[in-house]
Formats: sequence, C-alpha cells, structure tokens
Amino acid sequence: MKILRISALLALVTFFSAPAMAGTLEDVQSRGYVKCGVTTGLLGFAAPDDSGKWSGFDVDVCRAVAAAVLGDSSKVEFTTTTGKTRFPTLASGEIDVLARNTTWTFSRDVNLGFEFVGVNYYDGQGFLVPSNLGVTSATQLDGASVCIQTGTTTELNLADFFRVNNISYEAIPVETNDESRENLFAGRCDVYTTDASGLAATAAQADNPADWVLLPEIISKEPLGPLVRHGDHVWGDIVRWSLNTMIIAEEKGLTSSNVDSMVSSTNDPEVLRLTGNEGEYGVMFGLPNDFGYNIIKQVGNYGEVFERNIGSSTPLALARGLNAPWTAGGILYSPPFR
Amino acid sequence: MFKIDFSDQKFRAIIIQTIVVGLLAYGLYWIVQTTAYNLEKRNIATGFGFLNDPAGFDISFSPFIKFVATDSHFAVYLVGLANTLLISVIGCIAATFMGFFVGIIRLSSNWLLSQIAYVYVEITRNIPLILQLLFWYALLINLPRVKNSIAIGETFFLNNRGLNSPQPIFGENFIYVTVAIVIAIIVSIVFSRWAKRTQETTGKQYPVVLINFASVIFFPLIVYFISGSPLDFENPELKGFNFVGGMKIPPEFVAMFLGLSIYTASFISEIVRAGILSVSKGQIEAANSLGLRQNVIMNLIIIPQALRVIVPPLTSQFLNLTKNSSLGIAIGYADLVHGFGGISLNQTGQAIECMAIVMATYLTISLTISFFMNIYNRAIQLEGR
Repeated sequence: MKILRISALLALVTFFSAPAMAGTLEDVQSRGYVKCGVTTGLLGFAAPDDSGKWSGFDVDVCRAVAAAVLGDSSKVEFTTTTGKTRFPTLASGEIDVLARNTTWTFSRDVNLGFEFVGVNYYDGQGFLVPSNLGVTSATQLDGASVCIQTGTTTELNLADFFRVNNISYEAIPVETNDESRENLFAGRCDVYTTDASGLAATAAQADNPADWVLLPEIISKEPLGPLVRHGDHVWGDIVRWSLNTMIIAEEKGLTSSNVDSMVSSTNDPEVLRLTGNEGEYGVMFGLPNDFGYNIIKQVGNYGEVFERNIGSSTPLALARGLNAPWTAGGILYSPPFR
Repeated sequence: MFKIDFSDQKFRAIIIQTIVVGLLAYGLYWIVQTTAYNLEKRNIATGFGFLNDPAGFDISFSPFIKFVATDSHFAVYLVGLANTLLISVIGCIAATFMGFFVGIIRLSSNWLLSQIAYVYVEITRNIPLILQLLFWYALLINLPRVKNSIAIGETFFLNNRGLNSPQPIFGENFIYVTVAIVIAIIVSIVFSRWAKRTQETTGKQYPVVLINFASVIFFPLIVYFISGSPLDFENPELKGFNFVGGMKIPPEFVAMFLGLSIYTASFISEIVRAGILSVSKGQIEAANSLGLRQNVIMNLIIIPQALRVIVPPLTSQFLNLTKNSSLGIAIGYADLVHGFGGISLNQTGQAIECMAIVMATYLTISLTISFFMNIYNRAIQLEGR
C-alpha cells in the first residue's frame, strides 16, 4: 500500500509542476540580468572583444534594456544564435529579447508568434563582389555562384531577384556570416549577398577592403529590429520604449556626456519626462521613473550608438542614410514621450 | 490457482509490475500533454499544412530531381532525401571496399603494408568525423579558382567549385546498348550458377570471372558500334563566372564522400580483421597442406566463415554512416537535415513538424538497411548438414 501512496504523491507532484510562466519583467528583476540573443559574431553589430566583452549596435539595444530595467547596462547575458536557432531560442524562453539583425516580416510577426517592437536599423539586401570581377550591376551575375546564409529572408529575396530577372545562379548555402566570408575570400562563391550593413562588416574584415565592391542594387527592404515573444505586452513595451528613448534622445540632442547638464538647464518638458524629472512614466510599466536617464547616461542616444559601432569612424564606415532622425532627412521617428 | 495473497511472491510481482507500467504510461502521457500544451501556448507547432507552401529558396545540388524555388517544401524534402540516400549508398559501397582492402592488408605478412594500414586505422578512427569533414572541405575549397582550373585533357576541370566533367548524352539507339548490358548480366549470373553446379558435381572448373567480365564488356560494346555509337559527350566550357555544360561534382559532395567513407572504412577494416582472425588457424594450415592457392583459401575457406562474424557489426557501420551523413550540414551538403530539417524549418518556423519528419525518415532508412542486412546475415549463416 505504501507503493500506491508514493505513486499517488508522485503523480500529484508531476501534475502541479507543469511549467508556469510569470511575466518576463518579474523574471528579469528576480534573476538580476537580461538574457539577450545576438549573432554568433558580426563586426559592429554584435561581437565579443579580446576580453570577451560584447559590444556592437545590436548589443547596445540589450544594454539599454538592462539599463532601463535593472539600472545597470552591464547586467546582460548574451546567447549566440544562428539564423536557424534564433526563433526557437526566443520562443522557448531561453532569451528575453532577440537583437540579431532580424528582418521584420508579416509571417514572423504573426505566424511565429513574435512581436517586433521597433526598427533599429533600416537595411536592404545588397551584393558584395571582388572588384577585379569587373561586375557593375547585379543583373550581370548570370551563372554566378552566390553565398547565402540559410534560413534568412535574404535567401528568399535572392531566389526572387534572379527569377524576376530571368538569370541563373548557383546557391552556396552556409550557416554563419563567418563561413560566408571564408567561402567568399577563398573564391568558392563569386558573390555574397546579405543586408548591406552585413556586407560592409564583411568587407571591413578583408585583408584589403578596397578589393571589394558593393553593387548598386538594393533588392529588398530589410527593417531590422529587436523582438520579443507574443503575449507579454509589458515586456514588449519596455523593449520598445528603451529603443524609442535612444531615438528621442538623439532628436533632443541628449547625449551620455551632456545629459546631466541638459536636465538641470533645460525647460523642454519632453526631455524632463524622458529623464524621469517630470511625471510618473516609468512606474506605468513597473520601472523606476529615471529609466530613460539610465539608458542615455549608460548607453547613449541612437546617434552615439550608431557612430560608436558602425559609423564613419569605424571600419564599417556606414552612412546614416535612412537611419538618421526624421528631422535630419532620415526615417527614424519615435512616437512622442508623453 | 490465482488468488489475492500478499504473501505470495508471484502475486506481489504482478502487482508491482502493473504499478510500474502504469506509472510509466502516466509519465509518458504527462510528458506528451505538457509538451503539446506548451507548444500550443507558444505557437510553435501548427500542423503539416506548410508542406504544400512554395519553398521560395533554391537548392543547387539536386542531381536527380529538378527543383526550382516555386516548388513546395515537400519537394525540398524529396530532394534532401535523394541526396541523403545518394551519399549513404555511395559511401557504404566505398567504405566496404576500402574496409575489406585495409583489413586484409593489415593482416599481411608484409611489415610495411600492415603498418601503413595500422597507421591509417588509428588516425582516421580517432579523429571526430566532423573535423575530418571540415578538413576535406577546407582542402577542396583551397584548390585553384575557376579561372585557373586544373585541366585534364580539355574535358575534365578541377577547381575549388568542384570537378567538371563531360556529360554523356544518350542517343535514341542507346536503348539497345542498355538491353545488351542487362542480357549480358543475366547470362553471366546463369553461367556462374551453372559453373558452380558443374564444379560441385563433376569437379570441372571454368574461368568464370574472366568469361563473365568479357561478356559484360564486349557484348554491349559490339551492340554499341552496330547501333551507330549512340553516345555523345558534352564538354564543360568556361563561360562567365562558371563552367557551363557537362556534369559537375561539387566540393561539398566530394568532402562528404571522402570524410564518410574514409572514416567508416577504418572501423570496417577492424571488423574484417576480427572476422578473419576468428577463423581457426588449423583450417588455414590444413588448406595449405592440401596445397590450395592463397586466393582460393581466402575466397572459399576464410571469407565465408569470416562473413558470419563480420556482417552484424557491418550493419551497424552502415547505419552509422547513413546517420553520420546528417553532418553534411556543417559543410553545406544539401541533405535531408540541411535542406528540409534546416532551411525549410527555419523559413516556416515549423521546428517540431520538420524535425519529426526528418527523424521518422532516418528511422525508416535505418530499419530498411537493418531488414535487408538481416536477410543477408541469415543467408550466410552456418547451415547444419
């Protein structure tokens, strides 16, 4: 009879230990750090330095979230994801936010059950070729071998582009950006196609970046942005407004170095609201009111993050282009903070 | 008689076993329930409808099935399956031949030969297969580039995008040659059986191998010339970025072939060696004292008995090779795991469905191999006389 009692107990225990999911915000606060999914290494966007510290454009989105939620931008644990593992990793709760140049598409947003909280980089798919190939347009690529990262939207755009232009190609599928680079530099493929920003990063790692040219065609819209799981709206709002805070900060001229003096001297009510000096905005989603100040002070505004990681002073030397504030000719436009 | 009595050991055993089975069943049920619940809650598994959706991406290596981007994900599955079977079959055949060869020379009385075989076995079977695959691939993509291809007689071109070779173009009359080959093979089999029976009853021997070889080669060749040489070759030609025309064996395939067959052959050679050593030395000495030639001893005394020991572990090696072919994903070989279990999975996000299909497919392939190898194993077992 003892056995029966034990088995009944076991059954009860297993029944009640069915996984329960609390809110992501509570999880992060009790855990003490944000779990963030990034690439396996893409110069300028997410790459560890010699000491193993991650930095990059996407990494800074995670740092902004950590600064907002925990008041400390260093409290992030990074998980590397490939094009293939990123979605299951996010869906299963292994990470709280995915910041990995992921293109916002209908089916990912709707069918896969994710929520894109914004766009941190407006990109487009381009082609990188060796300059001695003598190619000046992507339409001259008939018969070329093309390196392509599998499982990406660029893979689908590539097939569409060649089909529409009625030219043929040989697809060389690879898993990571590093493999693409090796195959391209070894001449296994003539062309590498991915988002233009990624191509700039790849060319920057060549022995002689001048040997490589980006073809003029940009064949797709690639709005890249951070995403979270469906269903946890508070957490989605937190990540969305962490990003928006950086964008508004640039618009308002707030930087990590001048934020303290600006706050004490300004009478712009939006700056005061953003930095937590007016109103009770942070508590609306369970954060301290100065979450915006922490982001700007510790991570910087959007422009600073851009320049530091991928801007003209870096090996990538990407121009702001579409990614300038709407007040400066770009399309970065955050809803107002009020 | 059966009665309720807790002091009865048999009764207690039945009760305990019933409880254990019940608990196991409940545990299994709970796992399935929880998984299904969580998958549904997280929008992960949503059915098999995606199989009919257009894939949208291209697969370049598909020697048997014509594939374009507008084909469905199910077509991706078929292409992957064909490529998996291709590398598995070719790999198993090559590994078996190499394994037998190495296993036999390992036992050679020639010191140098046996040491070479020993070194080969110890190196290849002690390095993880994936590293060997990456090694072969790295070697192959560092061959000369397309523009500087190594040309072999203006028809074969070797470069880091593969080996380009002439493509045979079969004329209309080639059907006669095909028929001739089939007839020659059937005749050879009949002749072999007849020769064997004759030898068993009368002791008279015929040069079976020589005659069969001649008939399989020469008969179709004669038919070929009579029917007006209905076979042409299209040579590859460098046009633009790549060679156009002809056949092409990509480096991904070659690396897979080399990696899988060389790695598995080292295990097979050890199995063969063990099999040969299992035949008692007395039989060989007896055969020697009868004055039989070495190849007769090998073919008629050692191998038939060794096979009984060799075949069961050989089956395992075939299964291993087939399953190891899924490592092709590391070097971009378009097999089942890479195409359907990788790209389709990722483009549709249907991870559970794709993985379930891929796993079921590997299971089916493995069970099929086991089935046929077991039939073969029974056929060569010792028959009681």
